[in-house]
Formats: sequence, structure tokens, C-alpha cells
Amino acid sequence: MPVPAINLTVGPTNFVLLSAVLFAIGLFGALTRKNAIAVLMCIELMLNAVNLNLVAFSRFVTPQLFTGQIFTIFVITVAAAEVGVGLAIIINIYRHRLSVDLDDFDWLKW
Amino acid sequence: MSSVFQIGAFWLISLVIIFAAILMVSSRQLVHMVLWMAVCFLGVAAMYFLLDADYLGLVQIMVYAGAVSIMMIFGVMLTQRPDIRESLLFNSQLKLAVLVVLLLLVLTGGLTYQATWLQTGQAVPPNTIEHIGTLLLSRYVIPFEVAAVLLLVALVGAIVIAKEVKPGARSRD
Repeated sequence: MPVPAINLTVGPTNFVLLSAVLFAIGLFGALTRKNAIAVLMCIELMLNAVNLNLVAFSRFVTPQLFTGQIFTIFVITVAAAEVGVGLAIIINIYRHRLSVDLDDFDWLKW
Repeated sequence: MSSVFQIGAFWLISLVIIFAAILMVSSRQLVHMVLWMAVCFLGVAAMYFLLDADYLGLVQIMVYAGAVSIMMIFGVMLTQRPDIRESLLFNSQLKLAVLVVLLLLVLTGGLTYQATWLQTGQAVPPNTIEHIGTLLLSRYVIPFEVAAVLLLVALVGAIVIAKEVKPGARSRD
């Protein structure tokens, strides 16, 4: 049985796996945490995992075109806007309900 | 990427990132959670430097480790409750979420293991900021302007939504 050669160089596979692990941790937090701000932070973690992927592919596949890096800049912009609006909504809900627990946000449930 | 230092740096930084992310998701205090999130973002910035994206690394440090962390701290402190420590950390979907996340990991891991990547041997040009600036104002100028408008709308929207309502004032709706 041939022993597979251990390839020590760091390639796209390593970065994709790292970003998959990071995305999975963020998804776990976003699905299970009860606090709304914690969920917002976990969503930021997932966005970072995606950015890592984009930059890694930009480095290994098209280093002269910078497509991945420019996509990352736009993702960071949208993420910053999302944090601002999300926190404003959470603070406003907190004023009405005195709670940031997502299980308490059930106006639309019947 | 084959020099010993780069490989060592990759494994070290990825260990730091994953460790900080796990501590962040499982930490009970929200302020500690924000701190671990900042550590994780700084690790991702170090990864960008390793990938020859120095401008993005600086943007990551300024926007994520700086601005986003501080906004999160503000949010945590404005919504702090005294009984937050006694409440449950996770909601009732814990088992289902573990299942979904493990499925996702196995799927992406398997697909990544099978994939062959089209790699070029080219290197990133030395001064990335020059190329990114030129591209942003020539080829990607419309998304650039749309992003500017989006930031303005988000700024105004966040102020309008979070504006404090005076108890005596009449509502105007």
C-alpha cells in the first residue's frame, strides 16, 4: 500500500479548509446563541471566513487582476453598514422590550 | 508558498484564529466575546499579510479590529442586563445546529480534498495599493459609488433608528 506523500507547502486547500472551519464556527454561533449581539458577531465571523477565501484565491489563481481583493473591499463595506444598522435595530428593540434575547422577539409569531 | 517561515506562520496563525473563534462562540460574557472576536480579526489580518494583501490587512485592522469591535462594545454596554449571566447560553436548537455544522464541515472538507486548483506561478505585484486604487476608480467605479451611497444610507438609517425617543414628546407617525 503506497504511503501518500506529505505535501507541506501551503496552497489553496489549506486556506479553504481554514475558512470552512471558521465559517462553521460562526454558523454554529449564529444558529445557537440567544443574545442578538452575539449572533451579529458570529455573522461577522462568517463574513471574515468568506473574505479569507476570496483573498486566498486572488493570491493563488489571479494575482495580477486583484478581483478577489476588490470583492473583499466591498464585502467589508457592506459588513460595516450591516453592523451599524443591526446594532441600531437591536438597541431600539431593547428600548421597547428591555431584552436582547432572540427568543423574546416574537411579535410576528401567532 | 513554500518557505519554512511562511508554512510555520500559516499554521501558527490558523491555530490562533480557530482557538479565538471557539472561545468567542462559547464565552458567556459578551465583553469577553468582543475581545476574542478582535483577536480573531487580527489573526485574519495577519493571514492577509501572509497572502501579500497588505492594503487589505490594514483595512481589516482598522475596520474590523477597530471600528466594528468598538461598535459591538457600545451595543453590549447599552443593552446590558444584570441577570444576563444566569440565562442560558444556547437556545433549544443546539443539537440540530451541531448536526448542520458537522454536515457542512464534512461536505466542504470532502469537496476541498478532492479538488484540484488551477494555480498560476505568478506573484502579486509589489505595491498592491496602487493597482487597487486604479482599478477601483476605473473598472469598478460604479460598484465603488454604489458602496459610497450604501454607507451614507446606512449612516443616516442607523441614526434615525437608534435616535432616542423623549418620553414627553409626541410621536409624529
